[in-house]
Amino acid sequence: MRIVIAEDQFLLRDGLIRLLEAYGFEVAAAVDNGDDLLTELRASRPDVAVVDVRLPPTFTDEGLRAALQARRELPGLPVLVLSQYVEQLYARELLADGAGAVGYLLKDRVLDGGQFTDAVKRVADGGTVMDPEVIARLLARNAGTRSPVARLSPREREVLELMAEGRSNAAIAQRLVVTERAIAKHTAAIFTKLDLQPSDDDNRRVLAVLAYLGQQ
Amino acid sequence: MNGPVAPAASPDSPARSARRRGAREALGSVLLAPPRALAFFGLSLAGLVLLVVAIGPVVLAVSGLWHVIQDISGQGLGGQDGQDLLNALVGLACCRFVLPTALIVVRWLASLTRRLAGRWCAVAIREAYAPEPVSAATARGSSEGLLDLILRGHGRITYRQRITWLLNDRATWKDLLWLAVSVIAGPVLLIAPIGLMVGGMAAFLAVNLNGFDRTSGAVLVVVGVAAAPWLLRAYVGLARLVLAPSESAALEQRVAYLAQTRQESLDTGAAELRRIERDLHDGAQARLVAMGLTLDAAGRLIDTDPAAARSLLIEARDASAKALAELRDLVRGVHPPVLADRGLADAVRALALDSPARARVTGSLDGRPPAPVESAAYFAVSELLANVFKHAAARSADIDLRHSLGALRITVRDDGDGGADPGRGTGLRGVERRIAAFDGVLAISSPVGGPTVITMEIPCDLS
Repeated sequence: MRIVIAEDQFLLRDGLIRLLEAYGFEVAAAVDNGDDLLTELRASRPDVAVVDVRLPPTFTDEGLRAALQARRELPGLPVLVLSQYVEQLYARELLADGAGAVGYLLKDRVLDGGQFTDAVKRVADGGTVMDPEVIARLLARNAGTRSPVARLSPREREVLELMAEGRSNAAIAQRLVVTERAIAKHTAAIFTKLDLQPSDDDNRRVLAVLAYLGQQ
Repeated sequence: MNGPVAPAASPDSPARSARRRGAREALGSVLLAPPRALAFFGLSLAGLVLLVVAIGPVVLAVSGLWHVIQDISGQGLGGQDGQDLLNALVGLACCRFVLPTALIVVRWLASLTRRLAGRWCAVAIREAYAPEPVSAATARGSSEGLLDLILRGHGRITYRQRITWLLNDRATWKDLLWLAVSVIAGPVLLIAPIGLMVGGMAAFLAVNLNGFDRTSGAVLVVVGVAAAPWLLRAYVGLARLVLAPSESAALEQRVAYLAQTRQESLDTGAAELRRIERDLHDGAQARLVAMGLTLDAAGRLIDTDPAAARSLLIEARDASAKALAELRDLVRGVHPPVLADRGLADAVRALALDSPARARVTGSLDGRPPAPVESAAYFAVSELLANVFKHAAARSADIDLRHSLGALRITVRDDGDGGADPGRGTGLRGVERRIAAFDGVLAISSPVGGPTVITMEIPCDLS
C-alpha cells in the first residue's frame, strides 16, 4: 500500500516512516510543508496520506487545508490527519463532504504502532477513523437529558462510541469481549432509538452516526 | 425626546413601523413630561433639604464662633454668648458627624439626576468623581447602594481623609451648585407648565374662574402640555451644564482608570504565570519523572524478567500519553491553538461545539483583531459560556460576533434563570477586568427568571 507522509518535525517523520515500513507499507513520499504535499498528492495519487495539521510555511492548519483541497480535486482520496490537539471544528470540516475515507487522530495514538497502522489501513479501505477524544466530546454534547442519546443504555453508549470511532462490528466485539451477534443487536437498537436508517455498509454507518451526533 | 429618524414615506412595513414607533415615543414623552418634571422637582426639594443640612451647620458653626470670639475679645461671656457658644458647638458637631454623610448623599442625588436625565431625556451627563481613598482593607466588588456608600466608609478611613477627599473634589462643589440652581430653576422650568395645566383645567371645569373662561382655560392647558417637554429638556440641559465634568476632571478620571486597569492587568498576568508554573510542576513534569523511573526499572528487568519489563514499558507509554494530555490542556488554557490558527470567530465556534449544551454562533468578522484582544475576548466568551451552563441552568445559548463602529461586539444570550450579578462571585467581575484592560465594557441585562443577555464591547481595529 502506497503512502504519502506530511510532517515537518524530523524525528516524528522519521519515526513514522520506520513504523509504516515495518508494518509493510510503501512510503511513496515524505514531505514537510503544505505546498509540496498538494503537489505530491496530485502527482502520485497514493492509497492513503498521513498528514500533520500544522505544517510550514504558516504553521497553522496548512496540512488540513491541503488535505481538504486534495479531496476536492480527487474525491474520496483517503487522508488520515494527525494533530497535537483535536478540535471538533476540524473533524466537522473533514466529514463535511460525506465521502468517508477520512481520519482524524491525536498524535498520541501513534505511540501504539499496531493500532495506528490499523487505523491507516481502515482509512485506506474507505472507512472513517475518529479519535476517541473527539467522540467523547461529541457524546458529552449530546448527553443532555432531552437528547435521544441519553435514552441509550450504558452498553449501547459504549457501542455507539466505538462505532463513531469508525470500528467494525467485529472490532467492537473483540474490544468489548462479546460476540459479534450481541454487537449487531446493540447497533440495531441504537439505530432504532436514534431514528437512523440502518446500514450494512460499515462506512456509511459511521458517517451516519457522526452526522447525527454532529448536528444540533 | 429623540424619536428615530423616520425614512421617507414608503408602503413597506419596516418604515411604517419605525414611524409608528417614533410617533409612539413622541407621544410618550409628551405625556410623561409632567410626572417626570414633578419627579425632578421632588429631587430639587430634597436637594434643598440636603443643602440646608450640609451648609447649615457650617454657617451655624462659623457664625457662632465669630460671635464667641467677638464677645471674648470685646466684653466677656454673657447670656447671649452661651447661645452663641451652643450654636458653635452644635455646628461643629454636625460638621464632624453629619457633613461627610450629607455630602455623600448629595453625590448620590446628583448621580440619580444624571441617570434620570439619561434615561428619560437621552441626555448623557458624565460623572467624574475622584476615587475614594483606600484604607488597608477596602470593600471589594459590592454594588453601590446608598447604605453601602455611607456605611462602608465609616470606621474604615479617618474623618480627615474623608472630608479632604470630598472637599477637594471639584465635582462635590459642582453638585452643591447644582442643588442651589435646581431650587431656583425648578419652579420656573418644571412647575410653571404644570401650574398652567392645572390652572387651565380648573378654569375649564369651573366656568368663569377669576375672569378666565373656558376657551382661555383650554388654551392654557394646551400651552402647558406643549411646553412641558421642552421645559423639561431645558432643565435637563441646565443640569448637564452644571453637573458635567470639566476637561481636566475627565482627563484625571481617565488617568486613574488607566492606572487601575494596568495594575489589574499586571496582577492577572503574574497570577497566570504562577498558575502555569504550578501546573507544569505538578502535572507534566511529575509524570515525566515517574516515566523516567519506570523506564529505568524496565531497563533493569529486561534480561531477568522480560514480561515484567514489557508491562513497565507499556506503563511508561501510557504515562507519556497522560503527560501529553496535560500539556495540551495547559496550552489550551493559555492560548488555544485554534485561536492562533483560525482566529476568534472559528475559536468561538469551537468553544460552542465543546460546550455541554446547545450553543449557536452567529455573525462574523471581516478580519482579525489584535492578538491580545482576541485572546481576551476568547477567554471572556469561554468564561461567560461556562457561567451560562453552570449558574443559569440554561438549555441553550446564542453567541453573536460582529465588528461595527470601530468596536468588537460580542453578545451572549441564554434562556436560563437570570439574576446574574457581578457582585456575586460568578466570575463576571473577572471578565470585566479582563476586557477593561483594552477599554472594553460589559453590559449585563439579567432580570430574575428572564433571559440573560451579556454584551461585551471592545474598541479595536481589524487587520
